[in-house]
Amino acid sequence: MTLTHYLVLAAILFTIGAVGVLVRRNAIVVFMCVELMLNSVNLTLVTFARSTGTIDGQIMAFFVMVVAAAEVVIGLAIIMSIYRTRRSASVDDANLLKY
Amino acid sequence: METLPAEGLLASSWLLIALPLVGAAVLLLGGRRTDRWGHLLGTATVVAAFVLGLLYTFELSGLQEPRVSVDLFTFISSGDLDVRAGLLYDPLSAAFVLLITGVGSLIHVYSIGYMAHDPARRRFFAYLNLFVAAMLLLVLGNSFVALYVGWEGVGLASYLLIAFWYTRPAAATAAKKAFIMNRVGDVGLALAIFLMFAQLGTTDYDGVFGEIGTLAGGTVTAIGLLLLLGACGKSGQFPLQAWLPDAMEGPTPVSALIHAATMVTAGVYLIARCAPIYDETPTARTVVLAVGALTLLIGAIAGCAYDDIKKVLAYSTVSQIGYMFLAVGLGPAGYVAGLAHLYAHGFFKAGLFLGAGSVMHAMNDQVDMRRYGGLWKKMPITFATFGLGYLALIGIFPLAGYWTKDAIIEAAVDLGDVWGWVLGGAGILGAGLTAFYMTRLMLMTFFGRPRWEEGVHPHESPSVMTVPMIVLAVGSVASGFLLVSLFPLTDWMEPVFGEPEEPAHVIAPLTVALIVTAVSLVGVLLAWLFVGRREVPVTAPVRVSPVTRAARNALYADTINESLFMRPGQWLTRALVFFDNRGVDGAVNGMAAALGGSSSRLGRTQTGFVRTYALGMLGGAVLVAGALLAVTAG
Repeated sequence: MTLTHYLVLAAILFTIGAVGVLVRRNAIVVFMCVELMLNSVNLTLVTFARSTGTIDGQIMAFFVMVVAAAEVVIGLAIIMSIYRTRRSASVDDANLLKY
Repeated sequence: METLPAEGLLASSWLLIALPLVGAAVLLLGGRRTDRWGHLLGTATVVAAFVLGLLYTFELSGLQEPRVSVDLFTFISSGDLDVRAGLLYDPLSAAFVLLITGVGSLIHVYSIGYMAHDPARRRFFAYLNLFVAAMLLLVLGNSFVALYVGWEGVGLASYLLIAFWYTRPAAATAAKKAFIMNRVGDVGLALAIFLMFAQLGTTDYDGVFGEIGTLAGGTVTAIGLLLLLGACGKSGQFPLQAWLPDAMEGPTPVSALIHAATMVTAGVYLIARCAPIYDETPTARTVVLAVGALTLLIGAIAGCAYDDIKKVLAYSTVSQIGYMFLAVGLGPAGYVAGLAHLYAHGFFKAGLFLGAGSVMHAMNDQVDMRRYGGLWKKMPITFATFGLGYLALIGIFPLAGYWTKDAIIEAAVDLGDVWGWVLGGAGILGAGLTAFYMTRLMLMTFFGRPRWEEGVHPHESPSVMTVPMIVLAVGSVASGFLLVSLFPLTDWMEPVFGEPEEPAHVIAPLTVALIVTAVSLVGVLLAWLFVGRREVPVTAPVRVSPVTRAARNALYADTINESLFMRPGQWLTRALVFFDNRGVDGAVNGMAAALGGSSSRLGRTQTGFVRTYALGMLGGAVLVAGALLAVTAG
């Protein structure tokens, strides 16, 4: 298992997440894709921390997790309230904020 | 000559201006409450001013040095500019005060009768009082700024009185024309005053005339020419003569007082007052001469062709003021001659206008002389006074015009060489033309078969109108002899213009007088041949020679003004408006429209779809990453 394997896996996970964010309409799924992207980045950070023998990357990964946890709390709350008013969890239905 | 502060009686000479000014204020602010006695108050203030003027003149003639000033108050104080309001009483201003208040009183009395049936008679007297106050300030002020205030004041009064019957479009237009053409001249006067202040740091007469010799010749000439422009505007001289005949739209007493006897002679006063300036600049003086000679001929030619009695008299005024300009342009030899003619003209022209007003009164305000005829029997007093004024104007011995007009022509001939002959010849030719048009006017108005319109019953005017006419007729008869021979104006004016030098006569004065009289008689004869001998058609003949057509159009003065100044001015304003709308506004509005349009187009990219924004973020991130890679790899 070389460094490249981990990085390729992280890139694949990130791409899946990014494509998911772009193509899926369901807000929950988009949200999970965002989490996927964050975790792929975490994987990258931990990988580099391990390969260089420092702990900076690992600490950074903890920060990302904390932020992701907070984001999940707020994001799910927003999705819930949108669902309550519109009876829909589609991101395309929440399009009032425009020109 | 030293100017001493006035003492005793003369220290109160500001009353002259204050009286009519208070009269005007009371009549204008008092409203309808003053309707019943307003005309009496208006007349009383001017008569009182005349009595005061007489007293002051006697007082002045007793003084060793007849030139006193009355310091009133600080008018403008700003940095170096310190203008004191003050009056200057000397023989020149005294003479004008008597003319203004004397003729003014008579015309106020006449107006009581003339305007008796006008509902706005009080307003009329208020404006007349305002005019008299402003005119007195003009001739009494001791600085150019005071003169300028009076100058604008009479311009305002003239405007208000021409447009007195403002519901008539012709009167409103004529008033605007007079006001605008006067402004053209006033710009010249204002610039002259600015130039004096810039160069000499003072605007009062003593300061300016004392220092004028220290200025460069070009500057003095510029001041002289600018003052002349102002004088031309006010006095209806070429090239600003076209407003004066139109000003006859005002009531006839206004024509008599303002547009014949007093205000329009302000230009002559200005040039006579500024004698020390013109003494320094022969160039400007020559231009004055040329303007005078040209205008006297233009006025006389136009006067021959009009059928409107007041317009004929108006062109006659233009022409006679041309004589005065010619005289004052001659320098020391002509100042007094010009002023004597001004005085005599004040009498006979005011009398002629009042006579014309009396005729119009009798003929239901008809002004077309072709609808008059045979009036001498119906209006004997008007006929007699008008006839005396007529004889005085065409210069028949021993009436006023004979003495004063001859003096001017003599002085012109005495110039010698070509100039003398050209100017003297113009004066003599003008005298012949004057005789022609005035005889034509007399014949068409008072003689021949009546050509009255239906329902017109001419009658003599009431005595409140005829008495002033009689007094003015006496003045027309006597003033010339009195001023030239018996109590020479030369002696009275000596403190102002200096000792008159005995002129070197080119030809004997008597010969000149005989030539002028002969030419005038030829004019009378020609008028009789053309007008008196035949039946006067009721409508003006249409098929006439080009000369007549040109004269009927006042030598195309209006056309020239319109094509030379008005149209190009309109084009210029239109071009400027276009440039302003399209150029200046266009740039600002275009910029705003471009920004607004592009921002609303940019706003379209904000779709509100979360996924679009996500794509944008991803694209941006890819771009940044790509750029970083390119930089680090390269």
